[in-house]
Amino acid sequence: MGLALLIVVLKTIALRSTDLEKQAKYDEAARFWAKIFAINFLLGVVTGIPMEFQFGTNWSEFSRRTGGVIGMPLAMEGIFSFFLESAFLGLFLFGERRLSRRFHWLSAVLVFVGSWISGFFIIVTNAWMQHPVGYRLLPNGVYEVSSFTQLLLNPWAWLEYTHNMCAAVVTASFVMAAVGALYILQRRQGPYGHIFLKLGVYAGIVSSVLQVFPTGDLHGKYMAKNQPTAIAAMEGLFHTEKGAGMIVMGQPNYESQTIDNPFRVNKVLSFLIYGTTSAEVEGLDHFPRDQWPSTLPLLFYSYHIMVGLGTWFGLIMAIAAFYLWRGKLDSARWILWCLLLSWPLPYIATTAGWMTAEIGRQPWLVFGLIRTSTGSSIHVSAGNSLFTLLGFLGMYTVLSLLWIILVYNHVQQGPETPTPATHPQSLTA
Amino acid sequence: MGTLWFWIVALMLTGYVILDGFDLGVGIIYLFVARTESERAQALRTIGPVWDGNEVWLLAAGGTLFFAFPLLYASAFSGFYLPLMMVLWLLILRGVSIELRGHSPDALWRSFFDGLFTFSSVLLTIFFGAALGNVIRGVPIGADNYFFLSLWTNWRTGPNPGILDWYTVLGGVIALSALSLHGALYLAMKTEGHLERRALHFARRIWIATVALTLIGLPATVLARPASLNNYKGHPVAFLAPLAVILSVVIMRVTMGIRSRLPSFLASCAYLGSMMIGAATGLFPVLLPAVGTQGQDLTIARAISGPHTLRVGLAWWCVGMSLAVMYFCVVYWLFRGKVPTDAEGYGH
Repeated sequence: MGLALLIVVLKTIALRSTDLEKQAKYDEAARFWAKIFAINFLLGVVTGIPMEFQFGTNWSEFSRRTGGVIGMPLAMEGIFSFFLESAFLGLFLFGERRLSRRFHWLSAVLVFVGSWISGFFIIVTNAWMQHPVGYRLLPNGVYEVSSFTQLLLNPWAWLEYTHNMCAAVVTASFVMAAVGALYILQRRQGPYGHIFLKLGVYAGIVSSVLQVFPTGDLHGKYMAKNQPTAIAAMEGLFHTEKGAGMIVMGQPNYESQTIDNPFRVNKVLSFLIYGTTSAEVEGLDHFPRDQWPSTLPLLFYSYHIMVGLGTWFGLIMAIAAFYLWRGKLDSARWILWCLLLSWPLPYIATTAGWMTAEIGRQPWLVFGLIRTSTGSSIHVSAGNSLFTLLGFLGMYTVLSLLWIILVYNHVQQGPETPTPATHPQSLTA
Repeated sequence: MGTLWFWIVALMLTGYVILDGFDLGVGIIYLFVARTESERAQALRTIGPVWDGNEVWLLAAGGTLFFAFPLLYASAFSGFYLPLMMVLWLLILRGVSIELRGHSPDALWRSFFDGLFTFSSVLLTIFFGAALGNVIRGVPIGADNYFFLSLWTNWRTGPNPGILDWYTVLGGVIALSALSLHGALYLAMKTEGHLERRALHFARRIWIATVALTLIGLPATVLARPASLNNYKGHPVAFLAPLAVILSVVIMRVTMGIRSRLPSFLASCAYLGSMMIGAATGLFPVLLPAVGTQGQDLTIARAISGPHTLRVGLAWWCVGMSLAVMYFCVVYWLFRGKVPTDAEGYGH
């Protein structure tokens, strides 16, 4: 999704440029990334289809009771975004010689729009599970939408969406900057190293900052209000405290309900959530045991990994942007090395972020309404689930390996020497 | 309102069968009809820009089913657990084989993905046919509205059926034959030279098998679920569906002889469409019939979502699907005509 945005930027620069050589360069850059996008898109599609089916196969009780609500955004995702995305991705990848420049640019834009709409609807679904709004319980025990606007305007959804989309752009920026850094360090691929590095760093600094402030900050505050158990567990706050400190690192000890080897910054947590250093933050002891997130240490670590990496992203991108602005980035090899080695980190941070959201919601499937233990399929035995889990595990391992090999080959091959694209003069425009 | 949503879902599934049907069909006959590297690349180029959009019809139909009939979605998807999972795996393998084949010029790499493409297309088609067979025949729904089917039991229909019995296997074979015919006609329409001739030759032969299987399939359905005939008896106008099946099969054969390839492909679309409509007519207003004595049929009335959900849903569905149909028209229009034989590799 982040890459779709960056491809649009490349195509826009190419379209607006009057210099033929520059046009050819940026078109080729877009083509290079479009191929990587196509591989990612394919794997996203084939691994995404199971997700929609698994609501029914593995979580049938949950589906039966909430289908009238979450089925709606899921169906809308299919109809409003997948059709758009797949139709125009076909045009974008196969149609460059059949379409006019403008129409080819438009198909890139529509792929971008499609993928961002898709993200929105899936997050509306997730946000409803985190913070249910606009629903009503029918006499037969199932839920239905009572207000469509409330469902779509769920504040949780908008916070989660912006936070997530920033993460997508951060990921794409780091990958693009890393490829640029690689080319410059290896002294090859001519102008492309600079193009990728520049776009990666600019998009990276903007998205890394937005990631923390305001999206991450607001999301955290809203969460503290609506899922206080999750915040307390994420921060490892066992006991309610006035002027609570923030633990930067440590190991939660479930038995003694303390943090081992804490590295604490006093009063910061109270300030981050309530804006004053003396505010009281509810710890886990404020809530009954059966409402605590079930796998507490994992939640604590996921959250801290996400925040730690997020800080690193902002820091390295700020330094890189400063050097870029001074025109010295190409010779600052240590920064290029940092950027190159950082490419996997946004993937880890995004995964950790999703784990934080999902584990933080436990023990609820729909927060406050349906417990996770009551949502699964009644007649699907554990043996069957394990069988398919292993199947997916094997399949996804193979897919990941294939992905790494293909993208690696593609990056090694690099963009071709620019040749002006042959567009028919006017087919559609 | 429930009736409307029944037909909306039926229509979307029909759209899926017709659209993804031809690229599945191309996959089934691919190994046998396209022999040289350039023919294989040509065959893949006919479906390259569209297969993925066609598959979206399945997702969109699934999503629509989910929110319009949550009980059906929950019951059927968990009940058909294992076969659905296998369908998912096959969809993954098939998508991968289409897209990754072109990433290496190595002959071994390519022939591996060629084989995988045909393998997954054949199995998927059989699974889909058998799935439709299961829905028509009915499943042992329990008092809690759920069921869980083994892959096979005694291969007979009756109170304790498996996913596979003689009837659903027949459904799979009919699907295999009908979709390979559909794919062959599409391929003949989109290609030229040897490939076109071979595809057409194949279509002529498989047409005979399809007609024979269809003729067996109709009485077999009545045997597997006699209640299928109720709607036809009550509303003789419903016999238009089987009539359209026969008519389209005849037109298909006649138009194979003429120069333009479009009419026979369209006749094949009409054939698949009227088969699907005919099946849906036999079911209505049941969504999933129950066999055995424990539970009741899952009907529209029992599975339908709340009224407000459906009203809102209808509004955006109309908007969204009009847009979707528009995109499809644009894409198919831009990629109209035969695919060029000389273009370099498959888009990559």
